[in-house]
Amino acid sequence: MKYFLNSWAFQNVLVVLLILLLAWIVMVMRQSEYWRAAFRRVFKRKLARISFVILSIYCVIALLDSVGFNQPLRDTEGQVQCSADTGKVLRDEQGMSLLDYILTPLRASKEKTYSAPFATHQFTKETVMDETGNSSRKYPALKHPRRHLFGTDKVGNDVLYIALKGIRTGMIIGGMTTLLVVPFAILFGVFAGYFGGWLDDIIQYVYTVLSSIPSVLLIMAFMIVYGQGLTQLCVIMGITSWTGLCRVLRGETMKLREMEYIQACEAMGVSKLKIMFSHITPNLMHIVLITAVLGFSGRVLSEAVLSYLGIGVGADTISWGGMINDARMEMARSPIVWWKLFAAFVFMFGLVLPANLFGDALRDALDPRLRTE
Amino acid sequence: MERLKLKSDKNILEVNDLQTYFRTENGVAKAVDGVSFAIKAGETYAIVGESGSGKSVTALSVMQLVAKPSGYIAGGEIVFNGDDLTKASTVAMREVRGNQISMIFQEPMTALNPVFTVGNQLAEVLALHRGMKKDEARTYGIEMLDKVGISDPDKRYDEYPFQLSGGMRQRVMIAIALACRPDLLIADEPTTALDVTIQSQILDLIRSLQKEFGMAVLLITHDMGVVRENADRVGVMYGGRIVEDASCKDLFDKPSHPYTQMLMKSLPSRGNRSKVLQTIKGMVPQPTEFTQGCRFNNRCPVAVEQCRQESPILENIDKEHTTACFMLGKDGVADLSKSGWMAEEESPVVEKYDYSCLNVESLKMHFPIKKGFFKKTIGHVRAVDGLDLAIKKGETVGLVGESGCGKTTVGKCIVRLLDSTSGKILFGDNDLSTLSGSTLKQYRRRIQMIFQDPFSSLNPRLKISDTITEGMQAHSVGSTKKERRDIMFKIMERVGLDSDMADRYPHEFSGGQRQRIGLARALAVEPELIVCDEATSSLDVSVQAQILNLLKELQVELGLSYLFISHDLSVVHYLADRVAVMYLGKIVEVGDANDVIENPQHPYTKALIAAIPQVDDDNRKRIVLPGDVPSPSNPPSGCAFHPRCELATEECSQKMPSLESISGESNDRLAACWKV
Repeated sequence: MKYFLNSWAFQNVLVVLLILLLAWIVMVMRQSEYWRAAFRRVFKRKLARISFVILSIYCVIALLDSVGFNQPLRDTEGQVQCSADTGKVLRDEQGMSLLDYILTPLRASKEKTYSAPFATHQFTKETVMDETGNSSRKYPALKHPRRHLFGTDKVGNDVLYIALKGIRTGMIIGGMTTLLVVPFAILFGVFAGYFGGWLDDIIQYVYTVLSSIPSVLLIMAFMIVYGQGLTQLCVIMGITSWTGLCRVLRGETMKLREMEYIQACEAMGVSKLKIMFSHITPNLMHIVLITAVLGFSGRVLSEAVLSYLGIGVGADTISWGGMINDARMEMARSPIVWWKLFAAFVFMFGLVLPANLFGDALRDALDPRLRTE
Repeated sequence: MERLKLKSDKNILEVNDLQTYFRTENGVAKAVDGVSFAIKAGETYAIVGESGSGKSVTALSVMQLVAKPSGYIAGGEIVFNGDDLTKASTVAMREVRGNQISMIFQEPMTALNPVFTVGNQLAEVLALHRGMKKDEARTYGIEMLDKVGISDPDKRYDEYPFQLSGGMRQRVMIAIALACRPDLLIADEPTTALDVTIQSQILDLIRSLQKEFGMAVLLITHDMGVVRENADRVGVMYGGRIVEDASCKDLFDKPSHPYTQMLMKSLPSRGNRSKVLQTIKGMVPQPTEFTQGCRFNNRCPVAVEQCRQESPILENIDKEHTTACFMLGKDGVADLSKSGWMAEEESPVVEKYDYSCLNVESLKMHFPIKKGFFKKTIGHVRAVDGLDLAIKKGETVGLVGESGCGKTTVGKCIVRLLDSTSGKILFGDNDLSTLSGSTLKQYRRRIQMIFQDPFSSLNPRLKISDTITEGMQAHSVGSTKKERRDIMFKIMERVGLDSDMADRYPHEFSGGQRQRIGLARALAVEPELIVCDEATSSLDVSVQAQILNLLKELQVELGLSYLFISHDLSVVHYLADRVAVMYLGKIVEVGDANDVIENPQHPYTKALIAAIPQVDDDNRKRIVLPGDVPSPSNPPSGCAFHPRCELATEECSQKMPSLESISGESNDRLAACWKV
């Protein structure tokens, strides 16, 4: 089970789900004049447009990294190998993504160990034997000099390649967790706010208890029981973070419940479920959207912190948090190896800043309290 | 625009060709576009106009408080005591504000800072402009509170705003505004948020303080009655311009601009009860949509081509009476009679049935007050406390009372938005208060409600077609979607909406149109009774008349019964057949509308009627009720009205009077008072 949850295939099922959901949301929003007008206001801003383009690039990379295939095995001459008895093409057991394929030159340009960005020589001295048989300690020349934008890591992998691979992990954590949080927050928030009474008491009790347990503790416990992995991390982060949105939605629902158009529906005899989901929920969506976008970047950052604490996605998944965790050792050496940390920082910053800017633009366009009509 | 000739010797404030513009998403909004007027020392100048006419912006411009950076003064001058305020520096302006010119606002609930005591806020002004020390400010502040009629000023000085009632807060606002004895007081709708009995207290107070301090008052209001009773001079504003400027008497005796004439005709009052109200077609234009020429041309019955091309300027038609209109006759008055607009039409008569539609018997609605860890009930807010009311088929019953008297709660109990504590709501043979589930759902169709606020009564995310058909769907009116849409189009046409508006969203409609949509939503399920909760209170006068006429027409056509809940007696008088007056959860007087309003018996009804500022009656007897409406959680013993009643005796404070027939009149006329 643990392995299945963490398998690439299962993750891709989730990715497809995420894409379908996003597509559906975009479809629904396109039909509504309200959202069209809101997004026109958002895209009027230069900063929001730039942010959107950057976020789209991240999305495309994450998608490319999700489309996988098994390359056929080739012999040294480049001939495709076939199975002797069935005649089928033998394939690499290790899957490969479209991104890997595109980045083949980057992936293939392996060095022996650390090298600084754009270096011509290795970062560490080695004992080298020259033709005459004399051995000397020196910095050996790199196989691919001036090729590594962010240098190479301990085993000689290009850091840029690793950072690019981290994008998918970051996007899945941000997106998946949000996907988990939103339905629960809406369901509980609207029920608690609309019905009040004992239902409200129970839901309030649950989220007050949940939010008073330190989330790091809860995540750690969960990870120990269910094992480390991307899916588990998304689930537990979802469980610990729906409370904030739920609380806001509950309050907003209580306000909307007293609005005259909701009362008019009640006086009309419209069913309670219909009132909740076709009258109240659409009026909450702006809050959900703003919280989702701003929460997205928060989750990318928490993954880094959790991985640093050793309770993140685990060592077998490439992630920015993992890179930072590695950097802990590298920063302790002398002279320090700084580029892995730097690369993780640049990539995270490049995702979180546009997400925040876009979230701010959304809030300005949607929050009625900030707008003067 | 040509400048108005003004007497410059005694003018304390002169506004010349003021232009205040706002940059908005939809272009420049010329909220104030060439306004000129002058106020003499000690005089009250009223600016009257409907929403969007620019009257509040004019006031804010004088104070230099227009919201920057979107708003700016594009031209003109504001001369106050010889200085042009548009050129004054921020520092100089701060010296003027609160010291020489002060302002009181509409909403007393938000105009005071809730985290400071009344005393803090008074002392702040005094320290700032008079350099007073704490003790000195206290003595003076208490004196001011006493002046504005706050009892126990010593104690009140240290209280927080939430401990005071709305009327008291407005008094505190006045005390703060007048603390530095300003030369000019700007009162922006000072009583709009208050009840009529409190309104008359506050207006009396402003008048008496004005005399005492000799200050000038710039009164901004939409209420012609308030103008009539308080102003010396009046400027009628429309579309960012003053269209008529005259002394109060002249304006009411001889209104000359078509807009002024029409505005006065569209007020519901005693005189036009059986008539169809004169309406001004269309709606008040928004500042971003102002057109070339006279701003009123598209609503004016006598407009000609010239009105569409050129802007008229204010011209003297009399000494001290100016009007901006091309169509004035020899006597200086625009003649509307030829346009057919003045033709008075009798209201169609509603067929009255002799069987009752709704019978409410001893209805009670008590809200528990819970306190403490275990939420123990420690008392009840008796919002409705034993109320009897009968509505016949085809009849309109007006339910009037001040805020907090429980009238809205009655409405909500009847449509079952609230579950009443006890009592019967008989509709046909069924007691609505005991129904639930599917039987209740059937009755929901037959009783509908129209709400006060046209902006919050429609779901902003739904097309209005969805809003209107929602109820039809719930009650299976029409079997297919197409059928429902056909019915919807018929109803929309009936309430005066174009069918091509069906797929628009609420924000694209004006207040009056939204109220029509609300009416269409109610009519869609074919109700027998409609509860109108302050249905016209938030509308402009000219739009209110359209809706009132529509309600009357629909009643005739469909045999509807209305429960018309309102605080506005003149509207109720115009529309209702019978009137019930509520005070603190009980009905104190009920009877034929004409009877009750022309000849009130209960002292509360008398005071309520006397407190309404009238447009057409100079010599009415004024009764100013002391104090506020008591809290329904702790009503006074005996007759709830006795602490405010001038006739009250020992008996009133001990025994509660019941509703009894008033001798010599028909059985329908009841009052609950020992002194009747």
